Amino acid sequence: MKVLAAMSGGVDSAVAAARAVEAGHDVTGVHLALARNPQTYRTGARGCCTLEDSRDARRAADVIGIPFYVWDLADRFHADVVEDFVAEYAAGRTPNPCLRCNEKIKFAAVLDRAVALGFDAVVTGHHARLGPDGLLRRSVDTAKDQSYVLAVLTREQLDRSIFPLGDSTKAEVRAEAARRGLAVADKPDSHDICFIADGDTRRFLAERLGEAPGDIVDAQTGAVVGTHRGAYAYTVGQRRGLSLGVPAPDGRPRYVLSITPKTNTVTVGPAEALEVSTVYAERPVWTGGPTPTGPVECLVQLRAHGQVVPATVRLDGGSFRADLHQPVRGVAAGQAIVAYRPDPGGDIVLGSATISGTATPLRSPVAAGAASPGA
Amino acid sequence: MNYLDHAATTPMLDEALEAYVATAREVGNPSSLHAAGRLARRRVEESRERVAAALGARPSEVVFTGGGTESDNLAVKGIFWARRAADPGRARVVASAIEHHAVLDPVEWLVRHEGASASWLPVDGAGRLTPETLAAVLDEHAAEVALISVMWANNEVGTVQPIAELAEVAAAYGIPFHTDAVQAVGQVPVDFAASGVSALTVTGHKLGGPIGVGALLLSRDVTATPVLHGGGQERDVRSGTLDAPGIVAFAVAVEAAVKTQQEYAARVGALRDDLVARVRQAVPEAIYNGDPDNRLPGNAHFSFPGCEGDALLLLLDAQGIACSTGSACSAGVAQPSHVLLAMGADDDRARSSLRFSLGHTSTAEDVDALIAALPGAVERARRAGAIRSARA
Ligand SMILES: Cc1ncc(COP(=O)(O)O)c(C=O)c1O
Repeated sequence: MKVLAAMSGGVDSAVAAARAVEAGHDVTGVHLALARNPQTYRTGARGCCTLEDSRDARRAADVIGIPFYVWDLADRFHADVVEDFVAEYAAGRTPNPCLRCNEKIKFAAVLDRAVALGFDAVVTGHHARLGPDGLLRRSVDTAKDQSYVLAVLTREQLDRSIFPLGDSTKAEVRAEAARRGLAVADKPDSHDICFIADGDTRRFLAERLGEAPGDIVDAQTGAVVGTHRGAYAYTVGQRRGLSLGVPAPDGRPRYVLSITPKTNTVTVGPAEALEVSTVYAERPVWTGGPTPTGPVECLVQLRAHGQVVPATVRLDGGSFRADLHQPVRGVAAGQAIVAYRPDPGGDIVLGSATISGTATPLRSPVAAGAASPGA
Repeated sequence: MNYLDHAATTPMLDEALEAYVATAREVGNPSSLHAAGRLARRRVEESRERVAAALGARPSEVVFTGGGTESDNLAVKGIFWARRAADPGRARVVASAIEHHAVLDPVEWLVRHEGASASWLPVDGAGRLTPETLAAVLDEHAAEVALISVMWANNEVGTVQPIAELAEVAAAYGIPFHTDAVQAVGQVPVDFAASGVSALTVTGHKLGGPIGVGALLLSRDVTATPVLHGGGQERDVRSGTLDAPGIVAFAVAVEAAVKTQQEYAARVGALRDDLVARVRQAVPEAIYNGDPDNRLPGNAHFSFPGCEGDALLLLLDAQGIACSTGSACSAGVAQPSHVLLAMGADDDRARSSLRFSLGHTSTAEDVDALIAALPGAVERARRAGAIRSARA
């Protein structure tokens, strides 16, 4: 096959490209220039968008012996990922920009362009498995597994994707990179969000959304227990950074339960109040088989590297509902809910959707953000 | 591989390569006083005389440098500094809007860091600059101008400027005139003295010599403040141990390129005309950029509406055809060419352009290969371009 390897400049995508060559594919490497001004993105080893990363990717392509180009996707990335990130926070939700980048950039803008130019598939260094059966599975390296941020991909997207690393651990990938003479072998993993240069998400948001002081309200008493500088900067389940002036009556720590952008209010309460028994979600995709018409028993994961719990999932047109068999704390709207097949391995992705709201065991649905179930 | 990117760099001539290797086997620093040094010095000075003779300059006017970029920097910054030092009122640089970055960026650097001001001379839709345009700017600013820089021939679209006429205008105002002739030497007749310019940039690797060696021809009545300070090897205006093998090979290549210029232009020009005619036949909507007449013989430059140049480049590269989008890259990302924008093209037309440049090793087979691959590549690139504009 004629394939396009997306090369970030990191060790994973370099080894993925090398393996694609070894598998007999005709491989062309591309580095995606995502930053409008590369200097403002994370420097050195931490990001995936700096000039240094671009040079590392080119050097890896040289070593592997494949053609290499840089594709400028800065405008698309800004519109579809960065602006979406800010808008989601402004709406009281907690976005996952890596997931959005996969959905809109790597497996959309890049894939579409690649196909138009005559390529059959895109190769990436994601840690996930995609076998001949077309099923997306967790990586054998569960700590590095990225199936959660890939579950958003549709059947058509998966059919044109190749993930050569899913059967290897990160340590094996690094060792292989060293064996292949790839200088990125010991480059540290990227962390955090590539477009937030200093890692300070709150300040990044404040610069774009402005300071917007408002009340922090106790869910039980309804009393104002503190002020915040912008409701958008909070995430459901967050405990740190609340600086509440009024202690809780029982003296126990309080957590963010919900964010209401309309009134610019952050509601806090005890840990138990974070418990959620039902998750509502929207924009579902289902790639683990035919779209189910009735309830399906699944294992669901509600955030990247989060815990996995059994649940009954129902799909109804554009909406997705998961009734959790055990309550989960801290479920934020905007994150993905990913359903896995409930076999012992639990590693086959069935489907995914974007969380829009939750319900607690005792109370009626509380919109965890602006959207409410079925809206 | 079919190499259609001679304007980026062209293969070394055999005789230049042989001269390089032979000289590189000899030991000797041209500045040393012993026999080995004297031999190296002799090689350098003979080369200086050969370059001077080939380009219509005096040997003392040849300053060897590390190539075109260095020569341009030395001319622009060096003459600017010297002129301003002599007269603080002279802090303006006049340059064409289509200069290579090796001129453009030094001028912008002077503006940002040295309090210079710049006048960018506009060009017409074919990339031509008229003497009247220059005269108009000088009428207004003559007393402030430190130097003028206008390239002899443009590296992207191949347009050749009326350098002697422009230099005459400059001379009437007594202002030093520099020209970047990197793309011109060996392609069109270039004579330093006859052209009337005061400084001229030439580089080895565009005419069959090695990369990393070139010269600034600097008229003896123009002073330039050094950019590189050190041993003062070249007239005290350029320091650094002289690269005897590089200089020898450079001189051989300059001499050969100038000697064969006429027959080269006839042969390569005919090949280029064939390429242009067949590209237009294969892709009728292609726009031929630049001046159809006053043009480098090896240059063909097109815009392919609806395509992106970098997509075309990738597709042609995959078929073994090497060409260029012609414009500078920043971090590997193709920017819309400032040359095409200055010629009045919009962003899309600028981004859709591709340069095919022929040279001394080009054959009809290279043109055949391009014509065989191009229509399919254009169709694919157009499909990819349609996605982008639909989503954008
Ligand atoms: C017009 C022009 N000026 C200057 C240069 C730079 O010359 P060099 O590569 O020798 O530094 C080039 C070559 O890219 C050129 O085409």
